[in-house]
Amino acid sequence: MKLALGPILYYWERETTFSFYDEIAASPVDIVYLGETVCSRRHTLRTEDWLEIADKLAAAGKEVVLSSQALIESESDLMTLRRIVSNGKFMVEANDMGAVHLLAAAKLPFVAGPHINTYNPQTLALLADLGAKRWVMPVEMSRDALVHMQAARPAGMETEVFAYGRLPLAFSARCFTARHHNLPKDDCQFRCMDYKNGLTLNTREGQPFLALNGTQTQSASVYNLIGELDAMRETGVDVARVSPQAFFTAKILKLFREVMDNRLPAQSAMQQMTKLMPAQACDGYWHGRPGIEQSYLAAAEDAA
Amino acid sequence: MSPKASLELVCPAGNLPALKIAVDNGADCVYMGFKDNTNARAFPGLNFDPASAREGVRYAHSKGARVLLALNTFPQSEKWERWQAAVDNAVEFGIDAVILADPGLMGYAAKNYPNLRLHLSVQGSATNYEAINFYHEHFGIRRAVIPRVLSLAQVEQVVKNTPVEIELFGFGGLCVMVEGRCALSSYATGESPNTCGVCSPAKAVRWEQTPKGLESRLNGILLDRYGKDENAGYPTLCKGRFEVNNETYYAIEEPTSLNTLEMLPEMIAMGIAAIKIEGRQRSPAYVEQVTKVWRSAIDAAKRAPDSYAVNPAWMAQLNKVAEGQQNTLGAYHRPWK
Repeated sequence: MKLALGPILYYWERETTFSFYDEIAASPVDIVYLGETVCSRRHTLRTEDWLEIADKLAAAGKEVVLSSQALIESESDLMTLRRIVSNGKFMVEANDMGAVHLLAAAKLPFVAGPHINTYNPQTLALLADLGAKRWVMPVEMSRDALVHMQAARPAGMETEVFAYGRLPLAFSARCFTARHHNLPKDDCQFRCMDYKNGLTLNTREGQPFLALNGTQTQSASVYNLIGELDAMRETGVDVARVSPQAFFTAKILKLFREVMDNRLPAQSAMQQMTKLMPAQACDGYWHGRPGIEQSYLAAAEDAA
Repeated sequence: MSPKASLELVCPAGNLPALKIAVDNGADCVYMGFKDNTNARAFPGLNFDPASAREGVRYAHSKGARVLLALNTFPQSEKWERWQAAVDNAVEFGIDAVILADPGLMGYAAKNYPNLRLHLSVQGSATNYEAINFYHEHFGIRRAVIPRVLSLAQVEQVVKNTPVEIELFGFGGLCVMVEGRCALSSYATGESPNTCGVCSPAKAVRWEQTPKGLESRLNGILLDRYGKDENAGYPTLCKGRFEVNNETYYAIEEPTSLNTLEMLPEMIAMGIAAIKIEGRQRSPAYVEQVTKVWRSAIDAAKRAPDSYAVNPAWMAQLNKVAEGQQNTLGAYHRPWK
């Protein structure tokens, strides 16, 4: 199984992002997805900067994929999309059907990202006909549903699962971080930069529930399938995706790699991760349960 | 007839009485769903069985109205046949168009029923013309319903760059998130619009009177707590009050209704094909009230767009049935974002 690093979902300083990828170049990851997928107002890195990072990572032996923005609204969003599609070098992860349209028209191979709604074999077959070489399972899909998808998977299609990170659950035109600061989106002052792992939203009794990340809403809990890597392998999953976080991403990747290579038991990795995760773990979706639930090692934690 | 003159009113029909009332009060089209999770309002007691669907189509056609069928959830792989059968039944019952979100299902419909009119559901999440034109090129869709996230200027850009008719939401409950791209409900309850045709399902809701106030919970998660003088609305997940940085407020959206009556002349001028009223889950009384008002408003705006003004009586009637008794222009009006 290959290990992938998803695109950075947060807004970090330019220098932070560059040094982050310097560290990633030396980490045991096979595939790196790059680019701004959440908000077109974020601009510390332009497309040229992402391409520069892509070249560096490719030189370090990584497979690089450029991710397109999930919510494309304006003509300038489309211009950025066209630049990414016509980059001429790297495969593109399509995160909306506008991107699929352009990639298919250009007869380019692509990855159908987690924000393409691929819920059945008929849709997967269609995407394969259009040039998809890999698909990323929707985050709310269960292992049981994945088994059905895998049974009918088109030849040559790789399957990737979002296996670690705060879950990207929803997109809006509204910026919830700006709203928190009583700022209009058009004058957001880029306050999302203050929340490097998102801004946690709690219930009125203090239960961490969601995380605000600009126009994206995430789970407060960290989806963590490190205990399910064997089950993923049995299901024929080709790639496990780790989503970047502000700290310890390289350590998380290393733990995933060690468990994948059977050099470390998943339970030990999970225990080490409790100190590395920005919030508690969840894994409900994989088990066909509400996403917020956690079953792996939950009993052990309760006992402790 | 130019598209400008033919702006249609599309009204919700949760059951046969609502369908008849909508037709009787001037709906050009009604939209409905079957009694299962093939549509995004898969609520108990709602929707149409085969007999009522046939009767609905007969009634609407006899009065010159058309019937659209929402098949706008995403077929779950092991139950694909249910969605396929729903398309087959739509054709058999004489439905005028099906409103689809899933590309796979669209492929099935286009291949097997080339004469069936296809609409792209709002659940298809197409927010730009490249996405809409994808569905046009591959499946020949005739109309697309746009998620409630674009500004009016962005909608105009879409209209100018696609041969596909554009339908906009005009009134009703407001989704803050891009439809078809929101898993908040399944994160809390295991069931979402995409997978099960529900959001914040009633079976997961619990109300409890506590010393701190009336509490609404969704699968145990506290969504809101109401004081004595506060109105408690249906606990939709994104319209609860939450705590962020020690501040308690409607962190995502207030309980409010979309109402775009004042934008009607602009929408007509830019060539919008249809205005959709949300609310298949609402009562026939709601459908009657809203259909009447919007029929009058659309007729007035078509007749004399330059002198059109929102009649205060219309607003008063709509406010009576609006969610949360508040109105918003939503994303059509840029400052909302």
